[in-house]
Amino acid sequence: MLYREAGQFKTTYAEDMAIFPIRQDRMALAILLGIASVGVPLLANFHIWPFGSDYLLRAILLPFLILALAAIGVNILVGYCGQISLGSGAFMAIGAYSAYKLGTGVHIPLAWFGFAISIPPLPVLSSILLGGLTAAVAGILFGVPSLRIKGLYLAVATLAAQFFFDWVFLRVSWFTNYAPSGSVNAPTLNFFGLVLDRPIERYLLCLTFVTVFAVLAKNLVRGNLGRQWMAIRDMDIAAELIGIRPLNAKLTAFAVSSFIIGVAGALWAFVYLGSWEPLAFSIDRSLQLLFMVIIGGLGSIMGSFVGAAFILILPIVLNLIPTQLGVPLSTETITHLEFIIFGSLICYLLIKEPHGFARLISIGKEKLRLWPFPY
Amino acid sequence: MIALGQFLEVLIGGLMSGVLYSLVALGFVLIFKASGVFNFAQGAMVLLAGLALVRSLDFLVAKGFPLWAAIIIGIGFAAVIMAITAWLIERFVIGPLVNQDGLTLFMSTIGATFILEGAAQMIFGSDAYPLRLFPTDAWFLFESHFPGGILVNKLDVWGGFIAGILVAGLAIFFQRTKTGRALRAVADDHLAAQSVGIPISWIWFVVWFVAGLVALVAATVWGTKLGVQFSITFLALKALPVLIIGGFTSVPGAIVGGLIVGAGEKIAEVFLGPHIGGGIEYWFAYVLALAVLFVRPQGLFGERIIERI
Repeated sequence: MLYREAGQFKTTYAEDMAIFPIRQDRMALAILLGIASVGVPLLANFHIWPFGSDYLLRAILLPFLILALAAIGVNILVGYCGQISLGSGAFMAIGAYSAYKLGTGVHIPLAWFGFAISIPPLPVLSSILLGGLTAAVAGILFGVPSLRIKGLYLAVATLAAQFFFDWVFLRVSWFTNYAPSGSVNAPTLNFFGLVLDRPIERYLLCLTFVTVFAVLAKNLVRGNLGRQWMAIRDMDIAAELIGIRPLNAKLTAFAVSSFIIGVAGALWAFVYLGSWEPLAFSIDRSLQLLFMVIIGGLGSIMGSFVGAAFILILPIVLNLIPTQLGVPLSTETITHLEFIIFGSLICYLLIKEPHGFARLISIGKEKLRLWPFPY
Repeated sequence: MIALGQFLEVLIGGLMSGVLYSLVALGFVLIFKASGVFNFAQGAMVLLAGLALVRSLDFLVAKGFPLWAAIIIGIGFAAVIMAITAWLIERFVIGPLVNQDGLTLFMSTIGATFILEGAAQMIFGSDAYPLRLFPTDAWFLFESHFPGGILVNKLDVWGGFIAGILVAGLAIFFQRTKTGRALRAVADDHLAAQSVGIPISWIWFVVWFVAGLVALVAATVWGTKLGVQFSITFLALKALPVLIIGGFTSVPGAIVGGLIVGAGEKIAEVFLGPHIGGGIEYWFAYVLALAVLFVRPQGLFGERIIERI
């Protein structure tokens, strides 16, 4: 009844190849975007439930949006191109720290050559985007091993990036502008004279970034490049035989993915954390992102959002349950229980639906297409 | 000029700690060989085994058992715990995921890692517990040849000794026993092994149990070195470059890889570290592994990867 595509005739090729060919999909997306970009700010502005305090906005929606963006980046690499990466946290860190350096001014003293390179502090927007670009360059460098190795071997190789950059940002104090504690503060979020302070403004900023990049990514993966990536993922030798250059396909996947992850990292640091240390981008972050992508569904942009929401919200809910029920448990026990339940749910989901929430969504769509009739 | 004595001391210390990495890497290799599963949970298994051992030891000693009896019962108890873990993992995590691709299996072992870490700490406590099974003082060798001699930690020697026994035992188990032969058959080809009547779920249980025992051995040595505590799970991450260098499918590879990583990172830390800021132990092994991957993608002793369309 609700989800019928019967009667929607396409009369031009452009309509047929549109990003969302089914009208109901377009409507659902428009409603979702409307709620996210108009409804949420309105409710939050007037402090109507559930936005009574800033908690939901600041502690859930903001990290959700940013991590969903990062998950899209990881999904491009892991889900679409089939290159397993455990170094996403490092690329987030590269994005964050290079955006920080560019936002506060870069000074490279080249004493050997007798001069120094100085770049004045850049505006926030360009430093975030350039941070992403730096991450893309690093991604290409660490993507080179993927031309020789693949699968889990590659995963371990990307761990090298993770640990190396952890160390670099911890030990090389040039990156932290010689801050004695190693923790750095983000510059003021000044977008063309507009200073973003309130959580709702930051939320809208992240929403803009996520929407733009999600649309870009969706279009990339259904175009020529995306098809090359998927061919490489499905079988790299066969892809090579039908004329796809593995070098181009793999390295572009690394570049695009690292760019998005880098931008997400810069947002995470600037918008969500405000002040941070290298620990914010440790191996745990990489694993978390990989979980989001796998639970959400490999090779699905929508899945990245669902996966990010699930992985982010699950621990929060698990944390709330005992206090809500009034069960007297020590915080330590709760943490351990959280670990156990989280792990069990992951295993359960992997066993029940190895293709993640994206598969569940598409099964749901198929069912909805017939509803309320059985066939 | 670097003194030869100092160099030898660093080298020996590195080799010995490399043996300890090998102990963890061995568990990975066993499971990867037999089931193609990249077992991220090995570090958590070391933690679980260590906690089970140290807590039962403390309990028994407090009850007035003599130390030798406490050690035997404690090791037996920990082994039983590892057997239960192996059964649970085979039954509820790996078993239902047969025929899934490597990435899904890998993620499921990360899920298992969370469960094991949570359960181990909930049941046995989450403090750092000292374990004193081996002497931890040092020997000074060749004092006549080098000023001050060469410092060798007794614990490291014990670790090497135990690793040797373990490898010999595993070799005999794999080559001489019926179960060992079945294991090798499963490692070669799951389907073919099944078709000649090898019970695959039993074999996987055995493999996970043996990996659990290896974890227990690793836990005794590492627990004596660092105390049994949560940070022991990070050993799993240290063992990964060892695997890459040695090859995922080779038991000798795990040993040689461990030696290379151990010696390499100690030498790099002592002689290179001061020049570029210290702490390079943290990533040196990974970069070394990356370099090896460029030359030999399957590792030093790994089987050649052949692909067909």
